[in-house]
Amino acid sequence: MRYLPLNTNDRNAMLDVVGVRSIDDLFLDVPKSARIDGLIDLPTHQTEAQVDAAMTALAGKNRAAGAGPFFIGGGAYRHHIPSSVDHLIQRSEFLTAYTPYQPEISQGTLQVLFEFQTQVAMLTGMEVANASMYDGSTACGEAVLMACRAKRRKKAYIASGVHPHYSATTKNVCKFLDITLDIAPSAPSRDSAVLENLDKDTAAIVVQSPNVFGEIVDLTPYAEAAHAVGALLIAVFTEPVAFGAIKSPGEMGADIVVGEGQSIGVGLNYGGPYVGLFACRQKLVRQMPGRVCGETIDAEGNRGYVLTLSTREQHIRREKATSNICTNSGLCTVAFSIHMSLLGEAGLRILAQINHEKACQLADMLSAIDGVELVTDTFFNEFTLRLPKPAHEVVEAMVGNNVLGGLAASRLMKGQDDLLIVAATETNCDEDMNAFVSALTEALS
Amino acid sequence: MSVMNNQGRQTTPTQTAVNEVETVSGNKGLSQRELLIFEVGTPRRTGVDFPERIGTKNRLGGQERTSEIGLPGLSEPEIMRHYVRLSQKNYAIDLGVYPLGSCTMKHNPRLNEKVARLAGFADLHPLQPQSTTQGAIELMGTLAHWIMTLTGMPAVAMSPKAGAHGELCGMMAIRAALDAKGADHKRRVLVPESAHGTNPATAVQCGFTIDSIPATDDGRVDMDALKAKLGDDVAGIMLTNPNTCGLFERDIIEIAELIHGVGGYFYCDGANFNALVGRVRPGDLGIDAMHLNLHKTFSTPHGGGGPGAGPTVLSDALSPFAPVPRIEQEGDTWKLVEDVEDADGDSFGRMTAFHGQMGMFTRALTYMMSHGSDGLKQATEDAVLNANYIQASLSDVMSPAFGGICMHEALFDDSFLKGSGVETLDFAKAMIDEGYHPMTMYFPLVVHGAMLIEPTESESKAELDRFIAVMRSLAQKAVSGKHIDMFKAAPIYAPLRRLDETQAARKPVLRWTSPEA
Repeated sequence: MRYLPLNTNDRNAMLDVVGVRSIDDLFLDVPKSARIDGLIDLPTHQTEAQVDAAMTALAGKNRAAGAGPFFIGGGAYRHHIPSSVDHLIQRSEFLTAYTPYQPEISQGTLQVLFEFQTQVAMLTGMEVANASMYDGSTACGEAVLMACRAKRRKKAYIASGVHPHYSATTKNVCKFLDITLDIAPSAPSRDSAVLENLDKDTAAIVVQSPNVFGEIVDLTPYAEAAHAVGALLIAVFTEPVAFGAIKSPGEMGADIVVGEGQSIGVGLNYGGPYVGLFACRQKLVRQMPGRVCGETIDAEGNRGYVLTLSTREQHIRREKATSNICTNSGLCTVAFSIHMSLLGEAGLRILAQINHEKACQLADMLSAIDGVELVTDTFFNEFTLRLPKPAHEVVEAMVGNNVLGGLAASRLMKGQDDLLIVAATETNCDEDMNAFVSALTEALS
Repeated sequence: MSVMNNQGRQTTPTQTAVNEVETVSGNKGLSQRELLIFEVGTPRRTGVDFPERIGTKNRLGGQERTSEIGLPGLSEPEIMRHYVRLSQKNYAIDLGVYPLGSCTMKHNPRLNEKVARLAGFADLHPLQPQSTTQGAIELMGTLAHWIMTLTGMPAVAMSPKAGAHGELCGMMAIRAALDAKGADHKRRVLVPESAHGTNPATAVQCGFTIDSIPATDDGRVDMDALKAKLGDDVAGIMLTNPNTCGLFERDIIEIAELIHGVGGYFYCDGANFNALVGRVRPGDLGIDAMHLNLHKTFSTPHGGGGPGAGPTVLSDALSPFAPVPRIEQEGDTWKLVEDVEDADGDSFGRMTAFHGQMGMFTRALTYMMSHGSDGLKQATEDAVLNANYIQASLSDVMSPAFGGICMHEALFDDSFLKGSGVETLDFAKAMIDEGYHPMTMYFPLVVHGAMLIEPTESESKAELDRFIAVMRSLAQKAVSGKHIDMFKAAPIYAPLRRLDETQAARKPVLRWTSPEA
């Protein structure tokens, strides 16, 4: 077996040193009834070439996003990732290192985390950020728990337009903790009903912008309403590239900002691994979940970095920890940070502008089709159309023309059968857009 | 004759008296200083080229960003230098022995990396029509089959994103099952003192309270104490097996029976499943739920702290409560059931936005198929043999916490250091100077000054022999009392000396700020 260095001679010599006759003697603590004789009924080992061929064949059964016109968003976005990102994260020193618990020999990972935290804080307009969560949806759940801890209150509101899977994930982490979560039904056009239901028991309101329909939401009234009753505003996003074009949640009064970082450096990966971004105000930092990297000095006074504030965390605080999270999205933070460092502010702004222009162009092309109505008047790189036919049927029909033309809203929320959510990024060319227009026209005719 | 780049002037080393030089640059040869990205880049520079913009009127609804962001950019060659220099300040499995107990730092095969990057897996959107992602769902279904077969369990939830997330999945299923029975009084969860911190933290997130069980002198669950704590209000137990002392819980079947006897459920922390694969199926031990750490047992890279993946196996009693999405197969068609309303049974809900850690699934299945049932069993046996070889080879100079046969990791306490002035921490830092990553220290909490060594199956005998020789020598130096300064000063050959963690926590500096600000 190519991955196992020991040979039979080694094994026998080692068994002698241990003082046992056979490998079986090392498993004598296992109850007899649970010992397995022989092999478990699964295929035996294969060569690298065999496995490579089998997996390549399996991959070939999928229609890769890049294999034709592609316009799906809904919480994950297809962007071009510079080649240097993937090259760098495959360096053994990043790829095959553990969590940086020994800071003297982990300064590479630690400095990247410190840079990542700073980049996330800058992007979201917040004071501090942690070293990542699993993804945007779990970060959203953790943000609500954090707000309830910080405010010692047990009620939260999720506004219309928050990604339904984020709401569901959040509802799930709250369900056994006696937290009352009010989730507004998702529908396009901004709904401010939530603002009237706030009271002194409310810990937080959760608002997404751009929201699941692509609309850009002014967070300022939400922040004012939350703060008026002593609650926190949790701002959610699924497309970080948007902050190259629109105001950051921090500028609009958010107290906690959480979202998905997948667009920058990580890729689609059929939904994971992704990287959850989590930022907040300085005064809330000791309630924050997850790992945090901080600056310090070594014995000779040199600047260095360590994991810090660990008295919030499960390995020290156990049942009193702020979260049970342990492993997060380490390597994805490295990818995010490298891509963001390649972009810089100048690059991010241009990238955002191109995304927005592509979306404007596509929205005009599609809404010119008979019976198609653009229902989002403001948007960044994703918008929603109302179709004269059930959107999921239209999406399936377009597959026949090799066009992955958006996301039927009904996949995320029942009852919104005629809505199609469409994303455009810098990866979409004019030919792709023309193909989309033809396929949609055909599907509707 | 070729022209040498030193113009033919060959060098011969000469004896000098200089030991250490303060360099002008602050670099030390191959070890390069590296400033923060914010100190080398500027917001006006970018390392990405873009096409021309069209210049249309924006539809941002008056929300245009006018403030500066401040994010620095660099060109590609500068980026390569920055991150390569940083990378060289990290220890890594590919560099040397990384014997972190409980963490399973085994080799990460590169075929797995290649497969995960195939466009058909990596460039696939989670919300594409399922008719266009049949291979991906089939891969998830195939991995689920391997997992269920290896664990002997009837169901698996694939979506948990890491081990602790899998614990949450299992404990939520337990809570949902209790709620379905109307067992509102069952809120107490038994957790051994040696448990990972995630266990109590997770149970609390499901509305349970924690009751801690002590260990016996041989490092296992104290059965008398366990029996004394049983009662009608017990919701279940969270037990790691092999436990965090590296020992198999011999009474595990009886523990399962006792817990089931009071109407509770058995959560097994699967962090150490790598000691059992192919030799023991947890399903034969009476467990109800267990997460697998694909990044430990099945070699997906640790990546400096993730991403992990924590698929969670469930018994028949708990499987109706499994989260969505669920994988189903009808004939040749694979399907993901994404809505709770469409799922059979009484799903407790959704744990994450999409379907789980696909990028880890591809790697783990590649690892499983490469090894096969024979290779996986051999890997388990080699991991256990390597750990026992280390324990046997060090037991006369260090102090094994419990002695006897261990599983995949060997636990030592600090009694051999008693009176030497050297502490576990000093010993660990001295290992750094010898070119090794330290073992896990001060965990599990049930052992004083714990040192938990897990070599994994990836180490050759020659590498283990070198490691053992170094450890023996360090142990002898420590107890001799003649080298205290060396231990206290260690590490001196790392990129940095010991860091001030107290200052970091007291005055947290968690981000860079401009000196002009």
